[in-house]
Amino acid sequence: MALPKYTETRYRIWHYSFLIICTSVFIFLIAPLFVIIPLSFNAEQYIHFSKGMIALDPDAFSLRWYEDMIYGTKNPWGIAVRNSFYFAFFSTIGATALGTLAALGLSSRYMPYKSLIMSILISPMIIPLIISGSAIFFSLAKVGLASTFIGVVMAHIILGTPFVVITVTATLSGFDDSITRAASSLGSTPTNTFFKITLPLIFPGIISGALFAFVTSFDEIVVILFVAGGERSLTTIPLQMWTGLREQLSPTIMAVATCLIIMSTLILITTELLRRRTERIRGITPR
Amino acid sequence: MNNPIRTSDGELLSVKLKKAESNKRNIAFLLVMPLLLFILVAYILPISQMLQRSVDNTQMNSLLSETYKVIQDWNGEELPPEEVTKVFYNELKYLAENKLHGKIAVRLNYEKGGFSSLIKKTVRKLDSFDENENILDQFIKVHKRWADIDYWLALKRATVPYHFRKYLASFDMIQDFDGSIKRLEEKKRINVTLWLRTIFVALGVTFCCFLLAYPIAYLLSVLPTRYSNILMICVLLPFWTSLLVRTSSWMVLLQTQGVLNDILVSLNLVSDDNRLELMYNMTGTFIAMTQILLPFMVLPLFSVMKTIQPSLMKAATSMGSTPFNAFRKIYFPLTYPGISAGSILVFVLAIGYYITPALVGGSKGTLISNRIAYHMQSTLDWSYATAMATILLVAVLIVYYIYNKVVGIDNMRLG
Repeated sequence: MALPKYTETRYRIWHYSFLIICTSVFIFLIAPLFVIIPLSFNAEQYIHFSKGMIALDPDAFSLRWYEDMIYGTKNPWGIAVRNSFYFAFFSTIGATALGTLAALGLSSRYMPYKSLIMSILISPMIIPLIISGSAIFFSLAKVGLASTFIGVVMAHIILGTPFVVITVTATLSGFDDSITRAASSLGSTPTNTFFKITLPLIFPGIISGALFAFVTSFDEIVVILFVAGGERSLTTIPLQMWTGLREQLSPTIMAVATCLIIMSTLILITTELLRRRTERIRGITPR
Repeated sequence: MNNPIRTSDGELLSVKLKKAESNKRNIAFLLVMPLLLFILVAYILPISQMLQRSVDNTQMNSLLSETYKVIQDWNGEELPPEEVTKVFYNELKYLAENKLHGKIAVRLNYEKGGFSSLIKKTVRKLDSFDENENILDQFIKVHKRWADIDYWLALKRATVPYHFRKYLASFDMIQDFDGSIKRLEEKKRINVTLWLRTIFVALGVTFCCFLLAYPIAYLLSVLPTRYSNILMICVLLPFWTSLLVRTSSWMVLLQTQGVLNDILVSLNLVSDDNRLELMYNMTGTFIAMTQILLPFMVLPLFSVMKTIQPSLMKAATSMGSTPFNAFRKIYFPLTYPGISAGSILVFVLAIGYYITPALVGGSKGTLISNRIAYHMQSTLDWSYATAMATILLVAVLIVYYIYNKVVGIDNMRLG
């Protein structure tokens, strides 16, 4: 973004103020996350930057809140972490399987009522969670599945499928049909074509859809508030954070939050690698 | 064409093609079926069932079914005739014997204050009634409220199988016994304030997101990929981070003893005993929601801006346009699809927001979702909660419909 030498002063001023505006927006976006990380290493019980921390005094930092998170008394985080991963794992499998099949069907030229069906399938993403949560709770309660493991997984599958449908459909929209036709004309069976040609090509889309479904379930809080119905054995990380945050901001929550930030960084890296792979397969070279 | 084209097995090509196409259509349909059925049965159906609760009064109607039949014919201008009171007496007696009168007492009290105690007192005296005498007079003898026509009108209104009073209540309105609809007294009007606040916050957050997202989406779209990829992390990392993490980071920043106030105090911009109230009010909700929803505006804008040729702007300026005019007349209109996609997405998400307002908003910064949750979980007045949920849902579906028309569901992109 270097300016040519002949640029007039007023455009220079405009250019630099534009850069300053952009920088402040980027700071606004990212800074809140980075505030949490140092605070989780606070030796004190209060959530603020103590004088020692600002002076970078090693004694002002400690790992005690991480210890508290792992070994603390009546530790709720162990169950929460286990549950969160269980729910996310099973609902990801369900949502990815159902969503991928539906996306394959929806991408077919011959599919009738495409946009109506698509809007029904996407609706869990659009309808406010408070409505979804209470409705799913009432229906699960009717069949005796409220506050059960299966109930939570089912609710999370519902919430996760729109993301899988959207990402896989997006991958398929750039899919060149003549490749599968070429395979068939060379004598491949439809099943063989699917597993050998179609699946490897849309795989990055499936994985990124699965990641979305995973994160949706892993971060989900509103629906599980209703569906878990205060059942302590069904608590998850977000549910535990919600309970904690309503009482008071504790440094232990900062420690948990830091772990979650590390996790989202890993997810971000994975999606970036997937995106590059898709671009390479499709032959789109980045500028 | 006398010789229609045939395939190698002698069938007409057109027939064979139709067959193949219908075969493909069936396969496509079969692939969509499992998910479609699952969503319809486990999601759409429960929502519609839940929404029925908002107008449903069938329990009351079935408890007093005979009374309902006769009281509907009563004109409501003077006290009800003997046939009505007799039927009501019989049903009340039956309910009292089966200990069900408590349910109708609660429900009737919603319609008219004082009805609950009236029912309870009457039930205690039911044994002393002489069925050969005038029932209405005996009712009045038990309690003089039975001489007040309003109680009978309330009974008439409370026994209908479906009603809309929760919808009126959602807008702080109430229907009088003469059928006229009037607003609640000023200090009891909570809901209208909340609706207006929700719309105001949703629109305001959408607008702020647009203002903040536009410059950075532009910057990201014109920078060379290796720089824009790094800056994109600033957008994508919050996008992938848990909502509760981001909300708690705003709590850390905004509270009175929080980081922002600490910085302002140490810079002597604010005195220590005069710290800013940034949380537990609208300011907190607004700031936190803007940051949380910002990526949903940046990403659609970015993907649209990426496709705009930079040569268009250069052409405009080379033909004598000022850069500002070129931007206003050429670039900005080209970004409309991105603006509409992002705005609608942010608006829809903002209007139903629950978690962030509940944690950061306090009592002055909560939105309609929090009110719905309150009635769902605390007062357990489900018909009230679902009436409000229905109104919210209708609003969201209208916006969703517009989104579908303007942007198209198929064009929705994530990440």
